[in-house]
Amino acid sequence: MKPSPRTLVLFAVLALLAAVPTLAAAFNQPFYLDLFRRIMIFAIAAASLNLILGYGGMVSFGHAAYLGIGAYAVGVLAHHGIHNGWLQWAVAIGGSALVALVIGAVSIRTSGIYFIMITLAFTQMLYYMGISIEEYGGDDGIRVAKLSQFEGLIDLANPTAFYYVVLALLAVVLLLVHRLVNSRFGMVIRAAKSNDARTRAIGFSPYPYRLAAFVIAGAICGLAGALLVNQTAYLTPEFMNWTRSGELMFMVILGGIGTTAGPLFGAAALLLLEDLLQGWSLLPKLVHNFWQFYLGIVLVLVVLFAKRGLAGLLRGSKDGADG
Amino acid sequence: MAEPMLVVENLRKSFGALAATDGVNLEVREGETHAIIGPNGAGKTTLISQLSGTLRTDEGSIRFAGEDITELPAPERSRKGLARSFQITSIYREFTALDNVALAVQAHAGHSFRFWRPARADAALRDPARAVLEEVGLGARAELVAANLAHGEQRQLEIAMALATRPRLLLLDEPVAGMGTDESLRMVEFLATLKGSKTMLLVEHDMDAVFTLADRISVLVYGRIIATGRPEEIRANPEVRAAYLGEEA
Repeated sequence: MKPSPRTLVLFAVLALLAAVPTLAAAFNQPFYLDLFRRIMIFAIAAASLNLILGYGGMVSFGHAAYLGIGAYAVGVLAHHGIHNGWLQWAVAIGGSALVALVIGAVSIRTSGIYFIMITLAFTQMLYYMGISIEEYGGDDGIRVAKLSQFEGLIDLANPTAFYYVVLALLAVVLLLVHRLVNSRFGMVIRAAKSNDARTRAIGFSPYPYRLAAFVIAGAICGLAGALLVNQTAYLTPEFMNWTRSGELMFMVILGGIGTTAGPLFGAAALLLLEDLLQGWSLLPKLVHNFWQFYLGIVLVLVVLFAKRGLAGLLRGSKDGADG
Repeated sequence: MAEPMLVVENLRKSFGALAATDGVNLEVREGETHAIIGPNGAGKTTLISQLSGTLRTDEGSIRFAGEDITELPAPERSRKGLARSFQITSIYREFTALDNVALAVQAHAGHSFRFWRPARADAALRDPARAVLEEVGLGARAELVAANLAHGEQRQLEIAMALATRPRLLLLDEPVAGMGTDESLRMVEFLATLKGSKTMLLVEHDMDAVFTLADRISVLVYGRIIATGRPEEIRANPEVRAAYLGEEA
């Protein structure tokens, strides 16, 4: 089957991302290595949100909770002298999955505005918990002196090596979500989003499928949190701030809700735009000072005129396999 | 004689002071086409929602194929062989016709915790779905997005989804509602082909459709069944004529 334009662009973007370390070195701009690594970490988090929001219709307004859990798993273990990366990341993923199971079990029984409010409330709870634990820096946060250690395999302190780890994980996550949403499992959560009454009438009980999707999304976002704290080398409850959940949602919407490539496009567009508006010296000072205002305008335009975001501008595969 | 396919006893459902279903007794025998008619507001849709499990019952019992299903939720009733169509067409509008039916097949093919293989390439789902689409005459429209089908075709698709679950009893809530004369004739013709091989309970306003299709008719008025019988008996029943048919005569 011939790949669709959207798939081709996705592969082109991944190829470009693979070339970033070489280009950054050639032009002596190490900052871009850092920026694009950050973009890819958020793309992983956004891809996990897209699984439940874009395909499952579950508007989780608390997805940053799992970024936080993943980050705290790594940061807290490091604080207590445990630096083994395998263990840290396993705790990050497992802990996020477990918390998602609890939050999901309660919130998936509701829908609409109640679902949004409950997921937000749970995340705020975790956020205030993070602020109040003095041992781990309270609202100031603490430095993570030593990154996750994968001895003999890879050294995350090497920016390029860390970059390729993130790129590989991003590719795996995008593939995983793509397979998931087109599997029998994925068809059930998409069907339940499309028409709940019909889904029950033909014999599906959507709850366990929705919950499973919620847990998988939490686990993937927990991994993104583990990567994020290694990126910043600093643990802070700000990872769980509700504005962070909103940012993830913006990335999904901007990139194209319910598409495989959307989260990557959205994360790249949002973070690059942010960087451009804040830092580009050719823009007048007026723009720098009010960059969020201009970002807001862009988002409003996308929501109004490009219903399926950036990915929606490119034709997807004909049989809808891309969703 | 074996127990009828569906036995409803003293079924009740109230919304506040309004008794929408007020002690309904009803039997549907295996293989028959049974129609429920009644004036507007008689409680037909409430009754069918109670039978399919989308509305909880206050009192009374529903036995299906020898089993008490009064407390079972809708998905489990579907898995036991009770399929329904809705008065307002209920399909997956953004999926193709084939996807719609394949989902119905999937719902009855064991659990769906299968995460990796693409469902759209799964012959175990696609082949039976295609066969049902052929059966209802939508074979050529399989790859079209359901939202782009004509209204009558969407209703046919909904019935195809019900059939794909291989039901023992088909609950049809106004299958010809909102259809033009031609479409409605075609639908009645199609339902006639199912007669005998499928047990059907249909709620319908269209009297031509009812008297063409039904083996037996029950008349529902203010939440109660006031008469059950063969079409000619119902036509001749003075109580029915007064309560209902009289309106149209």
